Amino acid sequence: MDVTFQFDWQAAIDSIPYLLEGIPWTLLISFGGLAIGFIIGIVFGLLRISPIAILRWPAIAYIEVFRGTPVLVQVLFIFYGLPQIIGGPINALTAGIAAIALNAGAYISEIVRGGVQSIEKGQREAGLSLGLSRTQAFRYIIWPQAFRRMIPALGNQGIVSIKDTSLFSVIGVGELVRQGQIYIATTFTALEVYFMVAMMYLAITLSLSFALRQIERRGLVGQ
Amino acid sequence: MNEVTHTSPKTGDHEPIVRLDKVNKHFGKLHVMQDIDLEVAPGEVVVIVGASGSGKSTLIRCVNGLEEFQGGRIVVDGNELLPNGKSGKTLQTIRTEVGMVFQQFNLFPHLSVLDNVTLAPMKVRNWPRDKALDTAHKLLARVGIEDQAEKYPSQLSGGQQQRVALARALAMEPRLMLFDEPTSALDPEMIGEVLDAMRELANDGMTMMIVTHEMGFAREVADRVIFVHGGRIVEQGPPHEVFDHPRHERTQSFLSRVLKH
Ligand SMILES: Nc1ncnc2c1ncn2[C@@H]1O[C@H](COP(=O)(O)OP(=O)(O)OP(=O)(O)O)[C@@H](O)[C@H]1O
Ligand SMILES: [Mg+2]
Repeated sequence: MDVTFQFDWQAAIDSIPYLLEGIPWTLLISFGGLAIGFIIGIVFGLLRISPIAILRWPAIAYIEVFRGTPVLVQVLFIFYGLPQIIGGPINALTAGIAAIALNAGAYISEIVRGGVQSIEKGQREAGLSLGLSRTQAFRYIIWPQAFRRMIPALGNQGIVSIKDTSLFSVIGVGELVRQGQIYIATTFTALEVYFMVAMMYLAITLSLSFALRQIERRGLVGQ
Repeated sequence: MNEVTHTSPKTGDHEPIVRLDKVNKHFGKLHVMQDIDLEVAPGEVVVIVGASGSGKSTLIRCVNGLEEFQGGRIVVDGNELLPNGKSGKTLQTIRTEVGMVFQQFNLFPHLSVLDNVTLAPMKVRNWPRDKALDTAHKLLARVGIEDQAEKYPSQLSGGQQQRVALARALAMEPRLMLFDEPTSALDPEMIGEVLDAMRELANDGMTMMIVTHEMGFAREVADRVIFVHGGRIVEQGPPHEVFDHPRHERTQSFLSRVLKH
């Protein structure tokens, strides 16, 4: 076999300190966006199953719009489009976090809806029959069970959103991919650097998977 | 208690704890409760029997507002439930005083047995934890499962789960207990232990409305048996009358079917 390329380990190692500078940004956009997205998801997921139509339909509209359009287009819209409406620039970091929050929020709304709807009707009835209010029945009986069932899907969404932040190099936030691109522009070591970038994403997503597995395992007691 | 008690209100002791006046309920086109009149006296044990789909569950679920009704009046322990789910806060007041045991137990799987039993007293009655725990231990002992207190529902047999469900309902110190086929989901060898706990409760003077297919138990424990067919109370009376000398032809054919095996 003809070896047509040479993987330069030294070049890969040399890029590490530079790439590491991107990690805080990747983490900040991912986890900042996911945290806000989780709150959005709870609120809109519950509105989505409200018996009141005027609460339900805005939630449906939001979910469909943000699930049905690419996150890249969403961040471009926020970063380049929105300033024309509000009459002032939007910081790239803010735009990135907002895009992840809104996009993940739409998916998490559906995860919340599915989780809550998966709890048997008898659970709520048992709670109500004991005199609990509807809010108490939700808080002490339905939500804890629903949340446990949601953990795997939330983990998935977390991984998807972390990877989505790689697209935000286009608006110039110095996250992992952007750092890699800048570095390659001077060293021309695309193979080695993108390999290292990929490894760093993998390290982040594997850590998240591992952490969630621990939570899930602990959460399974009593099921 | 040979006759249905039709005492007037305001006569103290004899005031019924449950009163249904011309209650009507529809599921779409289906008229599941048709002008139901029913009174239950304090301490009375009423067993409701009837074929599948006759409206037994619907009837007792109206008493604690798990089902809405469309016309008539339901008064529980002096609190009136309004038609079409308009009862507001009264609903919760009634549910605090009325316990219910379900066919599928409906224990809370994420909570230990003890937490299942203490949840409502602490959150609804605002009992301190010590008092709730104390009551829970006593009730679990009473239904014979005090040694399972730290376990989770999935670690118990069906019979044990249903006894936890009974203890959970009793922890709220209800004035009335509703049972919707409490033994229908149990393996035959576990039915006895649940019926024993219910029999003991009846002997202690609890007012009970029980939907069951356990005719032997009904005959022994009921003060009154009510036969429901097509959303109406077709016949009622003491068990020996209804079971041995059913007057209505519907009751006769129902009993001949269920008593055959
Ligand atoms: N939520 C509902 N929507 C529509 N129809 C319903 C609903 N619940 C019950 N019904 C119908 O109402 C009728 C009475 O139901 P109910 O559950 O009260 O009967 P039941 O006497 O308890 O029967 P079973 O012995 O099978 O439990 C049945 O025909 C049933 O199909
Ligand atoms: Mg039923």
